[in-house]
Amino acid sequence: MLKRTIPMLLAMAAGIVMILAYFFPWLTPLQDQTTVWFNILAAVAFILGGGNLLKVHLKKVSDRREGWAYSMITLAAFVGVLVIGLFKLGVNPLDDFPAQRMAGDFRAEGSGFWYVYEYVFAPLTATIFSMLAFYVASAAFRAFRAKNFEAILLLSTAFVILLGRTAAGVFLTDFLPEEGMLANFRLENLTVWIMNNPVTAGNRAIMIGIALGTASVSLKILLGVDRSYLGGGD
Amino acid sequence: MACFSLTSVLLAAEEVAAAAETAESSGLLNMDRLPLLGVALFFIFAVVYWITVARSGGEIKVREIAGLKAIEEAVGRATEMGRSVLFVPGIQDVSEIQTIAGITVLSKVAKTAAEYDAKVEVPVARTLVMVTARETVQEAFLAAGRPDAYNEDLIYYVTDEQFGYVAYLSGMMVREKPAACIYMGCFYAESLILAETGNSIGAIQVAGTAMPAQLPFFVAACDYTLIGEEFYAASAYLSESPAELGSLKGQDLAKLLAFILIGAGALLATATQFVPSLQGAFDFFTGTLLG
Repeated sequence: MLKRTIPMLLAMAAGIVMILAYFFPWLTPLQDQTTVWFNILAAVAFILGGGNLLKVHLKKVSDRREGWAYSMITLAAFVGVLVIGLFKLGVNPLDDFPAQRMAGDFRAEGSGFWYVYEYVFAPLTATIFSMLAFYVASAAFRAFRAKNFEAILLLSTAFVILLGRTAAGVFLTDFLPEEGMLANFRLENLTVWIMNNPVTAGNRAIMIGIALGTASVSLKILLGVDRSYLGGGD
Repeated sequence: MACFSLTSVLLAAEEVAAAAETAESSGLLNMDRLPLLGVALFFIFAVVYWITVARSGGEIKVREIAGLKAIEEAVGRATEMGRSVLFVPGIQDVSEIQTIAGITVLSKVAKTAAEYDAKVEVPVARTLVMVTARETVQEAFLAAGRPDAYNEDLIYYVTDEQFGYVAYLSGMMVREKPAACIYMGCFYAESLILAETGNSIGAIQVAGTAMPAQLPFFVAACDYTLIGEEFYAASAYLSESPAELGSLKGQDLAKLLAFILIGAGALLATATQFVPSLQGAFDFFTGTLLG
């Protein structure tokens, strides 16, 4: 009862409120309240996450399992940033309370937390993100191998799009007139046509399927047919 | 906590009552959304009707989804190689429907892994997902008759940060070389980084997402991809429960309605070019009915 029925009823009630509030404006405050409840729950879950992170990595270090040194770095970073943030290290006091350092904003420019964010976290994130360019190249290389008709079609379309988005594309078909029927075959125009027609049509077909799938799964949850989020079972 | 919740409920009830008073003058229903309410009711009716039909014994046929059939093969391969199966439920919270759909697939993966005695590792980016995944995997191990084999430490929280999570997963994949990588949930820019890393270590990869922008990346780098709708159908397909299969049939009816509306809209748009007096009908169709 406590593990299944009550959570299921809560989920159903919250879901129904969300749907009804879209059509019946007077239910909007209840919808907002439901969102606030979720945010509170998610905030409490942060503590759970921190605890789990400590447990997993401390265990790895204590067992001296393979890669335990990475866990040490994780733990040091976790505790270090937590201390910097909680104790507001390096935070400048507000003008109104010059004697009260703890009254300052821990994210304000010049604070310890700000330094960690700007000079450690942001560059690391950017590094991981920038790797994407190389992964796109390797994935494209594999996807565009002309091994059958569909792959050839994909390759030629990608070739047109890539060329059409560069200065070379414009230069290559510069001899075609800018007006009239032949202008459609200029690479930059061909690119726009491909993006606006076949690509949009395909994309919308997928989007309609996704929208219906989303609605269907939501409905199954509201009706209690799908209980996988409660650990499955009946 | 209970006291706080009760206060919140009372406050919310007061706010609703106040809003209801204001709404009496402005109307209870948002009239602009009336056509959408009609479509929603049609959809609800279709799904509920087919669930009822399926429950009463009506036969529902579902086409095979190659990606889901491949899961068993992937887990089997991991068992043979003595390596783990990596399951990534996306980077969003349980409030995201794609995460819930991913958790459903995890249930099947965990059950198969329990039967094969394979190790399933589930690093997550949200703590609530961790709790849900633990419940699901424990239930799956119990259903497979292997509750003793369940290890909750294999389902753990990494970080909420998108690229921190990706960095952990990429490093872990390269070091531990899981035999199978399964990505089911909501993904953004990390999709290709994960899938390409998985590809580079030779893992068998199955992905499923409803993020249209990420689908091409998964298609290019994974062995099998569940595209949008297939991903949502996975729950019904895997459970084989009549009620869930019935909902798929209801979904097909809604798709038929979308097909009819698209056809009617295209015809009306074309006819408006020849008969300008139809412009009003066309405006109603696009502005009110679809707007």
